[in-house]
Amino acid sequence: MMMPLAYYVGLSAIMFVLGIIGVLVRRNALVVFMSLELMFNAANLLFVAFSAYFQLLTGQIFVFFVMTVAAAEVAVGLALMVEIFRTKHSIDLDQMSEMKG
Amino acid sequence: MTAMDWLVILPVLVLSGWALTVLLVDLWIPAKYKFITPLLTVLGLVVTLGLSLSKFGNPQSAFNGMVVVDGFAIFLDFIFLVSGLGAVALAYRYLRRMGIERCEYYSLLMFSISGMMLMTYANDLIMVFLALELLSIPLYVLAGFVRMEVRSEEAALKYFLLGAFSSGFVLYGIGLIFGATSHTELPAVAAAVGKSSANLPMFIVGAALLLVGFGFKQAAVPFHMWSPDVYQGAPSSVTAFMSIGAKAAGFAALMRVFVAAFPSLSADMSWVLWALSALTMIAGNVIAIAQTNIKRLLAYSSIAQTGYLLMAFVPYGNNQVLGDTVAAMLFYLLAYMLTTLGAWAVIIAVEKNGGEGLELKDYAGLGRRHPLLGAAMTIFMVSLIGVPPTLGFWGKFYLFRTALEGGFVWLALIGLLTSLVSAYYYLRVVVIMYMQAGEPETADDLWLRLVALTCAAAVVLLAFMPGSVLSLAVRAVLQIL
Amino acid sequence: MASQFFPILVILALALFVGFFVVVLGTIFGPRRPTARKSSPYESGMVPYGPGTRRMSVRYYLVGVLFILFDIEVVFVLPWAVVFRELGMPGLVLMIVFLVVLEVAFVYAWKKGALEWE
Repeated sequence: MMMPLAYYVGLSAIMFVLGIIGVLVRRNALVVFMSLELMFNAANLLFVAFSAYFQLLTGQIFVFFVMTVAAAEVAVGLALMVEIFRTKHSIDLDQMSEMKG
Repeated sequence: MTAMDWLVILPVLVLSGWALTVLLVDLWIPAKYKFITPLLTVLGLVVTLGLSLSKFGNPQSAFNGMVVVDGFAIFLDFIFLVSGLGAVALAYRYLRRMGIERCEYYSLLMFSISGMMLMTYANDLIMVFLALELLSIPLYVLAGFVRMEVRSEEAALKYFLLGAFSSGFVLYGIGLIFGATSHTELPAVAAAVGKSSANLPMFIVGAALLLVGFGFKQAAVPFHMWSPDVYQGAPSSVTAFMSIGAKAAGFAALMRVFVAAFPSLSADMSWVLWALSALTMIAGNVIAIAQTNIKRLLAYSSIAQTGYLLMAFVPYGNNQVLGDTVAAMLFYLLAYMLTTLGAWAVIIAVEKNGGEGLELKDYAGLGRRHPLLGAAMTIFMVSLIGVPPTLGFWGKFYLFRTALEGGFVWLALIGLLTSLVSAYYYLRVVVIMYMQAGEPETADDLWLRLVALTCAAAVVLLAFMPGSVLSLAVRAVLQIL
Repeated sequence: MASQFFPILVILALALFVGFFVVVLGTIFGPRRPTARKSSPYESGMVPYGPGTRRMSVRYYLVGVLFILFDIEVVFVLPWAVVFRELGMPGLVLMIVFLVVLEVAFVYAWKKGALEWE
C-alpha cells in the first residue's frame, strides 16, 4: 500500500508550522532550539518524500548534508547555551536584555 | 568528477585547507610566538586572493554545473577576502587589548570566508544551503568570542537562534522548490517551471520562503531585529567583518537564486522586493536617528544600506537593465566595504575595555585631538550619506540611476529622501567630533590607523575614477555564466 | 484512498478503548487502602533519595557534543562502504581526505584537553 505524497507533504507542513510557532512562542532557549530542529526535520521529511516520489537520489543525499549541518549547529548552540548558563544562570530568552535601543 | 573540477574551485579549497592547517599548527606555537598565526592567516588570504583574481575573465563551471566561477563570483570574492584581511588587521592588537586573543579567531574567519566564496560559486540549491551554513556557523562562534562577557554571549545566542531560524526557512523553501520542479540545479529549476509538470503554487511558496531566509541574512526590515543587538554585542572586529561579508553573501545568494532560477516570478516578486527595499531604507534610517551607541548606530545604518542594495533587485526580471543593476550593486558593495571597514577601524581605536568608549559622546574632541582619525571618520560618514567627492556618492548615484531606468521613480525618490534623513545622524557624529570639547584617548595601534587611512584614501581617490571601477563591475557581470 | 487506512483507524480506536476501559474499571471497582509504602514512587524498588533532577557535570555536555559531531559522520562513511568497490581509487582518496579533515578536528579537541575527564 503506497502512501500518497500529499500525506507526507501535509505532515511536513504541520511539523514546519509547529516549529515556527515554537520558536516564536516559547521562551526557553533549549525549547526554541528543539523547535528549530523540528523545522529542519520537516524539511528533511519533504526531501525524502519527494525523492522517493520522483525516484531521484538528490533529495536523500541532501538529507545527509542537512543532518550533518544540524549536528554542527547543535554543537555550537549547546556550547553557547552552556556558556551563557554559567554566567547568567538562566537561558530564558526574556532575560536576554543587556542591550537596548 | 575530474581533476579539472578541483582546479576550478582551487581558491576555496586552498583557503579552507589553510584554515585547517592554521588551526592545527597553532596548537604547537608557543605563547611567545603567537603573532605567527595572524601572519599565516594573512598569507593564506593573500594567496587565495591571487588564485581567485587569476580566474577573472575566464568563467568556468565544474562538478556538473553545481558550481560556477565567473566574474560576478570573483568580484565578490575580492570583497570577502579584502574584508577578511581587514578583519585580521583590526583584530591583531584589539584581541590582545580586550584579553580575548585566541587563534581560533583566525581559523573561524577563514572558514567563514570559504563559505562566503562558495556562496558566490553556488549554482545548485544544495550548494546554496551548505555555503550558507559554512559561512554562518563560524560567525555564531565569533559573535560570542568574548567569553564570560554577557553581552557577547547574548549576541551569539540571538544570532544563532535567528540564524538557524532563517536557515530553516531557506531549507524548507528549497524542499518545496525541489518538490515543485524535481530539480535543485538553478538553471534546471528555471527550465522546469515552464513545464506543465511543475507545481506552481508550491514553487511560489518555496521562493517566498527563500526570500525570507535571505532577508534575515541581509538584515532587511522586517527581518532585521537581530542585527542591532548582535552588532553591539559581538567584538567590534567581528562586527566589521559580519556587516560586510555576511551581507554581501546574502546578496550573492539572492542574485544567484532569483536571477538564475526564478526569472519567471519577476513580475510578482518585483513588488515584494520593492516594498522590502522601501521599508528597509525608511525604517533603518529613521530608527538610526535615536541611537546614542555608535555600534548600534552603524547597525541601523547597515540595515539602511541593505535597503539601498535591495533596490538593485527590484527590476531583476527586466533583462535590459539587469546587467546595469547588478553592476551598480557590485559597485555599491565595494564602496560599502571600504567605507565600513574604515569606520570600524576608527571605532575600534576609540573603544576601551569592557564595552566602554562606544557612546557618541566619547567622540567629543576626536577631530582636534587626532586630526587624521577625525578626518578619516568624516570621510566615511560623508561617504555613507552619499555626498561627493566620495565613493559612496557614486554608489548611490549608479543605484538610483538604474532604479530610474527600470521605471521605479518612487523607489529612487524614497532612496533620495532617506539619504537626506541619514545625513542628520551621520553628520551628528562629525559635529560631535569637531564641535564638542573632549579629550578622547585612542588605542596606540598602528594597524587600525593603517586600515582607517587606507580606506579613507581609497574612498576619496576611487571617487575620481568611478567609471573605471564601474567598468570592472560591468566586466564582471558580463561574465556571468 | 482513505478506505485503505480504515483498519488503522479501527486499531487506534480499539487501543484507546481498551486502555480507558481497564483504567476506568480499576478506579471504579478496585479497593483503595493506601499505605505509606504503597504510595512511594517505586513500591518494591529502592528508596529514592535526593532531588529528582540532579546536576550533571558540564564535562558531560562537552563529551556529548563531541560525540554528536563525530558520530554523524558515519552518515557519509556508510554509503561509501557499501559501494566502495565501484568507486575505486578516487573514492578511497576522497574518503581519506574526508577522514583527514575529521582527524584534524579530533587532534584539535585532544590537544585542547576536551577529552580529559578531570
